[in-house]
Amino acid sequence: MSTSNAISSERAGDGTGGRILRYTLSERVHHWLAAFSYIYCMITGLAFWSPYMFWLAVLVGGGPTARFWHPWFGVAFALSVGWMYKIWRGDMATTDADRRWSHAMEHYIKNEDDQLPPEGRFNYGQKLFFWLMFYGVILLLISGLGLWFVESIPWSMRWLRYLAVAVHVAAALATIGGFIIHVYMGTAMVRGGFTSIIRGEVSTAWAKAHHRLWYEQATKGTSAKE
Amino acid sequence: MSQSTLAVKRISGHAGAAPGDDVERDYQVCKLVDTTTCIGCKACEVACLEWNGYSFTDTVFDNSYQTMPETTWNYWNLIKFNEHERDDGSITLLMRKDQCMHCADPGCLAACPADGAIVQYTNGIVDFQQQNCIGCGYCVSGCPFDIPKFNPKTKKMFKCTLCVDRVSEGLEPACIKSCPTGCLHFGSKDDMKDLAETRAKQLRENYGIEKAGVYDPVGVGGTGVIYVLHDVTNPEAYGGLPKDPHIPWVVSFWKGPAKWIGNLAMLGGLLGVTLHYLRYGPKLVHNEDVKDQNGGQS
Repeated sequence: MSTSNAISSERAGDGTGGRILRYTLSERVHHWLAAFSYIYCMITGLAFWSPYMFWLAVLVGGGPTARFWHPWFGVAFALSVGWMYKIWRGDMATTDADRRWSHAMEHYIKNEDDQLPPEGRFNYGQKLFFWLMFYGVILLLISGLGLWFVESIPWSMRWLRYLAVAVHVAAALATIGGFIIHVYMGTAMVRGGFTSIIRGEVSTAWAKAHHRLWYEQATKGTSAKE
Repeated sequence: MSQSTLAVKRISGHAGAAPGDDVERDYQVCKLVDTTTCIGCKACEVACLEWNGYSFTDTVFDNSYQTMPETTWNYWNLIKFNEHERDDGSITLLMRKDQCMHCADPGCLAACPADGAIVQYTNGIVDFQQQNCIGCGYCVSGCPFDIPKFNPKTKKMFKCTLCVDRVSEGLEPACIKSCPTGCLHFGSKDDMKDLAETRAKQLRENYGIEKAGVYDPVGVGGTGVIYVLHDVTNPEAYGGLPKDPHIPWVVSFWKGPAKWIGNLAMLGGLLGVTLHYLRYGPKLVHNEDVKDQNGGQS
């Protein structure tokens, strides 16, 4: 949405090797706020999860320090996801293109991209990840408050203490699953993705290959000039 | 009893076995509380504060003898007063000294993620080691008796230690020492169990208290504090003593099967993306523009 009509630098006059702005600075900042706060929560959370991973807490200052910061970083993560929801909710709605794309997802997994229908700014998989993290963080925040202030839950309603544990664990594991796939795809699998979320730009060829509908929309104004 | 009993049998949040696991060096220690001879004098509460070095905290008045509703992080021993209507309509006070039960199968220890923050000695005492506590409060969720309490200033959990410092020097716990009626006893679990059963039998046969019995719940593997109750079929009447306490099943599942399921799932995820990369490799953009340019030059 916010990057439409945003061709940043046409480096060659004939359009070869052109770059196109995919993520604004603000989007990148919030992505990395979310990323660092999530990674902190994941490291410390895994330390609390298993004695065999408690050493992870040592990496970030020891058990009591990890326990002190974990909930606050969780709040920071929730806020950054909330901001993403504010700006991306429109982009993340499922479209007809997504429905066509989701039926052909097997080709995406097998790197047979020439057999994929064109996608918008985000493909269906990215949208699934967004909504997983969005609903995940809501569950993590609510159940996390229950764990944070466990003594405030009266003994007569202790089932809420247990529910908080169960929900926090289930939601955390689900988001870790999404996180593993997200990081893998953003770094190793989809080349160019990682630099796009750091410097904001992708090549026009990349945009055409992965998000053709978005590329066409974003370049509508400029292509007319050429 | 001596310091040799302080070999550690179980350690919370610990990767691997505990050094005292499977060691039976000495007696399991046990407190016996005979609620039928308790007069509610609160001498045990005072002795507990005196020995452990805490001051009295603010009390509340709720038209009963109950000076505060629950134990707190620095008030580990509290008599629960309960008005109870007998079958004939007369009123009696049921009084129960509430404190950590020192479960043989402690839910706090099972729930605790911090290495060595909760230990169980071979003499059965469950003890919090505040220097290892991270203040997460998981023990609050694990305890079936609502005993561990959080000190907001130090961010550590506290509870009755069963006067482990006295017991390890061959002394009885402070509360036991202070009891004027002799309703509190201390000794080996076997001796206390025997004494309790004898007393319950006496109550049933000589005093006609038919439901008198011993509270030593099997759901937590038995406890290091046992009660003689007038009515063992209704322990809830004694200030919410649970009838069949056990580690909450969510906590057992969380610390048991869920760990395996979760760890295998995470490992599976890492393995999955690795295999995907080995099989399919990166998704490279077939850059037509650049290729055309190169083609033109060659």
